[in-house]
Amino acid sequence: MTAVVLAILAPTVAAAVGFFSGRRWPRTAVPVAVAGAGVALAAAVVLCARAVRDAPLGDALRGPRVPTGTIELGIDLRLDGLAALVSVAVAAVAFAVQVYSPAYLRGDPRYSSYTALVSLFTAAMMLVVFADDLFVLLVGWEVMGVCSYFLIGHHWEQEGARAGAVKAFVVTRLGDVGFLFGIFALAFAAGTFNIDGARLAALDNGIPQSSATVATLLLLCGVVGKSAQFPLHTWLPDAMAGPTPVSALIHAATMVAAGIYLVARLYDVFLLAPATLAAMAVIAAVTMLGAALAALAQDDIKRVLAYSTVSQLAYMLAGLAVGSAAAATFHLLTHAAFKALLFLAAGAVIHAVGTNQMPDMGGLRRAMPVTFVTMTLGLAALAGLAPLAGFFSKEAVLGAAEESALHGSSAGPVPTWAGWLVLVVGLLTVSVTAAYAARLWLLTFFGRPRGSGVARAAPHEAPPAMRWPLVALAVPTVGLGALGLQRDRLPQWLGVDEQLHLGVVTSVISTALALAGAAAVVLMWRRDPAADPSDRLARLRPAFAGAFYVDELYDRVFVRPVSAAARAVRWTDDSVVDAGVVGSGHTATRLAGWLRLAQAGNVQTYLTGMLAGVVIVAVGVVTLT
Amino acid sequence: MPLLMPLVVAALLFSIGIYGVLARRNAILVLMSVELMLNAVNLNLVAFDVWLRDELLSGQVFTLFVITIAAAEVGLGLAIVLLVFRNRATSQLDELVELREADALRGQPDVRAMR
Repeated sequence: MTAVVLAILAPTVAAAVGFFSGRRWPRTAVPVAVAGAGVALAAAVVLCARAVRDAPLGDALRGPRVPTGTIELGIDLRLDGLAALVSVAVAAVAFAVQVYSPAYLRGDPRYSSYTALVSLFTAAMMLVVFADDLFVLLVGWEVMGVCSYFLIGHHWEQEGARAGAVKAFVVTRLGDVGFLFGIFALAFAAGTFNIDGARLAALDNGIPQSSATVATLLLLCGVVGKSAQFPLHTWLPDAMAGPTPVSALIHAATMVAAGIYLVARLYDVFLLAPATLAAMAVIAAVTMLGAALAALAQDDIKRVLAYSTVSQLAYMLAGLAVGSAAAATFHLLTHAAFKALLFLAAGAVIHAVGTNQMPDMGGLRRAMPVTFVTMTLGLAALAGLAPLAGFFSKEAVLGAAEESALHGSSAGPVPTWAGWLVLVVGLLTVSVTAAYAARLWLLTFFGRPRGSGVARAAPHEAPPAMRWPLVALAVPTVGLGALGLQRDRLPQWLGVDEQLHLGVVTSVISTALALAGAAAVVLMWRRDPAADPSDRLARLRPAFAGAFYVDELYDRVFVRPVSAAARAVRWTDDSVVDAGVVGSGHTATRLAGWLRLAQAGNVQTYLTGMLAGVVIVAVGVVTLT
Repeated sequence: MPLLMPLVVAALLFSIGIYGVLARRNAILVLMSVELMLNAVNLNLVAFDVWLRDELLSGQVFTLFVITIAAAEVGLGLAIVLLVFRNRATSQLDELVELREADALRGQPDVRAMR
């Protein structure tokens, strides 16, 4: 358990050192942060090795109790296979980002606070991963949220960054309200805030179905907010205003996956609530396809990847909805690898050409061979092509969906229609995913350079500090899929009692669909390499580019009425409340003005008044006594 | 000698003094009026001392003290009036209104500005 504490404490210490000394000794910022992430990575690898060797592993560290009057909290940590595997993904991506960032943000005046925030984020994510108490988890969850806010707003001189940061904070906070009440509901149903305790209570039938449904639906609010699923997904594309390494770490690989991780952690409770699983299936289906279609028409390379992240997170949620925590976690791990790779590669491209806009890129294949090769691998993994990691994990999700669609009643509490929904929409999304991946690939690396000015003159390969993380992340992008071949081992490491299903039929269908989607884009592109393949969408394109106008809808329905109400409140405050206060003040001053007239400064007047007073008092005394 | 006569004279002196303090504008005349009031009191002290046949003549002794202190007080007072006159070129009491409420006389012309 020392390694668990070390994995949490090392980035915390790095963050504290960075915050306190970064301004005075900016040169120490990079080594301190890299060391913190490195120690965390080493600890996570040790833990993972233990988890693999001693599987299934379940080891708890009971911290001090916190009496609350009813159900006590405990500062508890827990190490099991799920936590160990996810912690390696977190630490590896964090380490890659810490190595990559100094080159990407060279000369940034706020680098020390940036890197300290990334360290703090890493520590918070580690806390979420290892937490064994819902409140400890909530602490990490909220610290991640605030780090995300600060890092999106890193370039706060830009309007978009400020707006994106506030939007991310407000939208996720909306989900967190439900999350907090979900924690209470679950704790009162299970009689403990302990996560493992809640799981055991669920296994012992200690939680009635109705309270499990209420609690899980409320928790799902927080999950939907954090993992950017359908009604609350709008913050993630706008969060791309942050620096690209941050997008890779927080908004692709780790923080957004925390929602999925939470569901996987409490999966036995969720299994008690078929209604929640059905809701998850519907949310996942809508998000999966909608976000993939939106990604098809974006011009900003990071927004393509952001919508792709939303869509891939929906796959994980779908895997959970159809009853396979192992498939969802597997996809979480592979997605962390290939999406971090994609973002860092996109960062290298942006670094080289100085713009996010894909219409200004093109032809970068020769100038940036390393970036080209690694990003190609990442995109192929994203599209789910055969030997790469994304293929196996996606097949695991689709296989689980097929299993519950065909053998729904025997597989568990998941409704059959949810299995069919996830299966059909998932297969459709595979083809759209391949299409937008192909579009991104072609627009960025092929054709003639379309950029203007400096960028066109000298697009260059990224510096070594940016290249090596790409190469390092390409390894799991290619190889992590092999885990999926061990159908029994992975669930066993994760401590889940199930098997991964890699169906032959779904594999063939999804590979065919992916190839078809990619081929369609390539064919369109070959007809006219200068044009954007998404122009073929014609009248649908604006709807896709605007992500089906969900933002506009929210603007009409929520933002504007709230702004109008705020203006009304302000008017009331200014013209009614303040006017009353100021008016009473003025009245008092005016009344006092009459008294002040007597204070003319003439001593003789005062004396006369005094004498008159004395005379009146004397006369009064004489006559009245 | 009946007590009444000096008391009436003292009352008259006091009234003249009060009138002077309240009505005169010149600071020196106001000081002189204050002296008149003091002397009215002195007269009373002496008159009651005689009327009461005080063994220790405390009234008369007290009067002597008052006269002495009044002399010192006049010296101080005149010095103040002199300094005021040097600083402000006036010893008219109604022009020395520095201590008035700042804008109580708002709208009325500033006395000093008129000069």
